[in-house]
Amino acid sequence: MSTRRFFVGFALVAVLLAGVVSYFASSSPDGLDRTAGDHGISSAEREHAAGDSPFADYGTEGVGNGLLSGGLAGVVGVGVVLVVAGGIAFAVRRKPDRG
Amino acid sequence: MHVPDGFFDAPTSVATGAVAAGAIAVALRGARRELDDRTAPMAGLVAAFVFAVQMLNFPVGFGTSGHLLGGAMAAVLVGPWTALLCVSVVLLVQALLFADGGITALGTNITLLAIVGVVVGWLIFRLVRRVLPRTVRSVPVAAAVGAFLSVPAAALVFVGLYLVGGTVDVPAAALTVSMLGWHALIGIGEAVITGLTVASIVAVRPDLVHGARPVLESRELEIRTPGLEQV
Repeated sequence: MSTRRFFVGFALVAVLLAGVVSYFASSSPDGLDRTAGDHGISSAEREHAAGDSPFADYGTEGVGNGLLSGGLAGVVGVGVVLVVAGGIAFAVRRKPDRG
Repeated sequence: MHVPDGFFDAPTSVATGAVAAGAIAVALRGARRELDDRTAPMAGLVAAFVFAVQMLNFPVGFGTSGHLLGGAMAAVLVGPWTALLCVSVVLLVQALLFADGGITALGTNITLLAIVGVVVGWLIFRLVRRVLPRTVRSVPVAAAVGAFLSVPAAALVFVGLYLVGGTVDVPAAALTVSMLGWHALIGIGEAVITGLTVASIVAVRPDLVHGARPVLESRELEIRTPGLEQV
């Protein structure tokens, strides 16, 4: 498999997981939230400073449809993470010797 | 396992923030040795993939769920220093854009998921890889074992931190049992997802998997004569 094909395929899988499959994810509390709830730790939780972000809690502000709202948020997240992490990786990589 | 604002007191949040900043500074230097023109795009893709899979909470029973932490998987795919950067970027974007994981808890979350997840996952992976036969097939198995143990390890470090700087008084034993119990279950999911992902990539492009390189280098060269391959 060519490198380009592999990278495109890998990116498509990430987009599909975040954009579509995420709709079917469990909405039960995760291990930490469950522990925090069971032992009174959650009472100390404070309002999130970024709570008014247009993508807060993996939804898209103003989009009513659950599948679309979560899917858009997921795809935006994949794109932002790809650009930021990829950008850092390109900045710190070994550059090929030129002359 | 994303710690929200308010779980830890200020000194603990500042201390884990300093640990996280120090680790990222060291990782930026270390990642240089792991990254070149070919592996840099891989780093971006692995970070994006970890973000995507972290959205997929899977049920572990008893009304509780878990999701991938991704440190072990990223370490095997792109190397431990780059993995630390990848998971840190995921946590930063989640905190700022998705209100997932507190902003004052970012240092704590980087410490738990990026540092502990990557370090434990990578060390166990190397240990298991050494014991298993030197074949490409051993790589996903070793990755799965590293992934499995990295989750309860991160849970244990959370408990340790919480007993020092938690804002609510909780008996140590009860907290330990609860965190370890849930995260042992979640670790099974982490192992399955990591094993399947690494196996899929190793099957098509083993050369792009950082943790498979020593195995590939030691593989004996074989002579393949054109035209005889169909025989």
